[in-house]
Amino acid sequence: MSDVSLVVNGKSVSATVEDRTLLVQFLRENLGLTGTHVGCDTSQCGACVVHVDGKAVKSCTILAAQASGSEIVTIEGLANGADLHPVQIAFKENHGLQCGFCTPGMIMAATDMIARHPGGLDEKTVRAELEGNICRCTGYHNIVKAILAASEVMAKGGAGSAKAA
Amino acid sequence: MAEPVEFYEPRTIAEAVAVLASVPDACCLAGGQTLVAGMNMGPLFRPPALVSLQRIDELKGITQRPDGTVVVGAMVTHRTVAQSELFGGGLEVVREAAGCIAHPAIRTMGTIGGSICHADPAADYPAVLIATDATVVVTGPSGIREIPAAEFFVDFMTTSIEPDELVTAITFPPAPADAVSVYEKFTRASGDFATVSVALALSLRHGRCESVRIALGSCGPTPVRAAAAEQRLVQTSLDESDVQDAGRILCDAAAPMDDVRGTADYKLMLIPRLLGRTIQRAQERAVAWRVE
Repeated sequence: MSDVSLVVNGKSVSATVEDRTLLVQFLRENLGLTGTHVGCDTSQCGACVVHVDGKAVKSCTILAAQASGSEIVTIEGLANGADLHPVQIAFKENHGLQCGFCTPGMIMAATDMIARHPGGLDEKTVRAELEGNICRCTGYHNIVKAILAASEVMAKGGAGSAKAA
Repeated sequence: MAEPVEFYEPRTIAEAVAVLASVPDACCLAGGQTLVAGMNMGPLFRPPALVSLQRIDELKGITQRPDGTVVVGAMVTHRTVAQSELFGGGLEVVREAAGCIAHPAIRTMGTIGGSICHADPAADYPAVLIATDATVVVTGPSGIREIPAAEFFVDFMTTSIEPDELVTAITFPPAPADAVSVYEKFTRASGDFATVSVALALSLRHGRCESVRIALGSCGPTPVRAAAAEQRLVQTSLDESDVQDAGRILCDAAAPMDDVRGTADYKLMLIPRLLGRTIQRAQERAVAWRVE
């Protein structure tokens, strides 16, 4: 068994779990944070992307024990109360989702991508950066539009009251 | 829930080696991007004990020695290598390869040590280590060994390290000041493993090739290097006929297999074309470097 201590969306949590527990299992089953989805559990689809110490990680291919000591942000931790994060707002405004299954991973990958490109993003970069996130509705066009829009808003300092992701 | 494993988290290289020596069939867990995915998939990878290298700070740095050698700790992630300014000129190929391994979120976790120990011939680092004449540093119960990359990869997913040894670092020797290098990867879809890849390091003087090292990925059980192909290019101005001849020699040395990424015949067709593209990009880089 492994002792796991994490800060998840700003709250400290600890538990003793089976060594093989995946981070995504820990988030979903121990903490009830079911916003993080499991599509493939083999790191192909990106539905499970969360931030570990500020960086996008596929939570299906990291053990909870490996992440112990880290700060985790999941889709539930992006908004500040009723104020959505600029990336969430952009997905809403640009219809960047259809069935919504891939959306949490898309948004977490997008916030990491925007943070790594403070000079702004172009469509080619966004599409390349999204290689690891699969949308089975194939709604990529509006996802890309949403990320470009969010990146522009955030570059203008429009992060608003949303928490830094 | 799958069956439990024993989980070890050593804090030092010495502790890790002690665990590997005492726990039968213990398997090192680096970034886990292949291992954990494999454990999720079923019985393919079911190590009874995992030795996580995550907490060993000694394995996490990139440093440059006074002679220019770049030393990369085994637990350095692809994300870090892809952003490092220590890989320029003759070592730019390292940074370029790291930046095209899988997807961004995988590059956050995946490590150079994990990748080379897995020794998948379709992975990106093996050919790069051969083209840059890198050395793999391992520690075991009897001390430290330095293994030239050419002796590290011995067969399909097989390396020359012992079960109780741990890869601690990869050292990249300094390239000549005027060297350029390129990684060219052909894939079915971006983010995939290579159908064929070419890692190349080249020195040009007045447009003539002073020295060159070429390694092919995904063209056999280990990276393919052909001294005769390199000899064919040295002291030429890398004209079309020179590159075509070198491509033919490389095809003779390669032993690609039919797999989901392409037939062997298709890969043999790709080799000379990718070589031409790689050399062209290297020449463009050499020109850009002189202009700067």
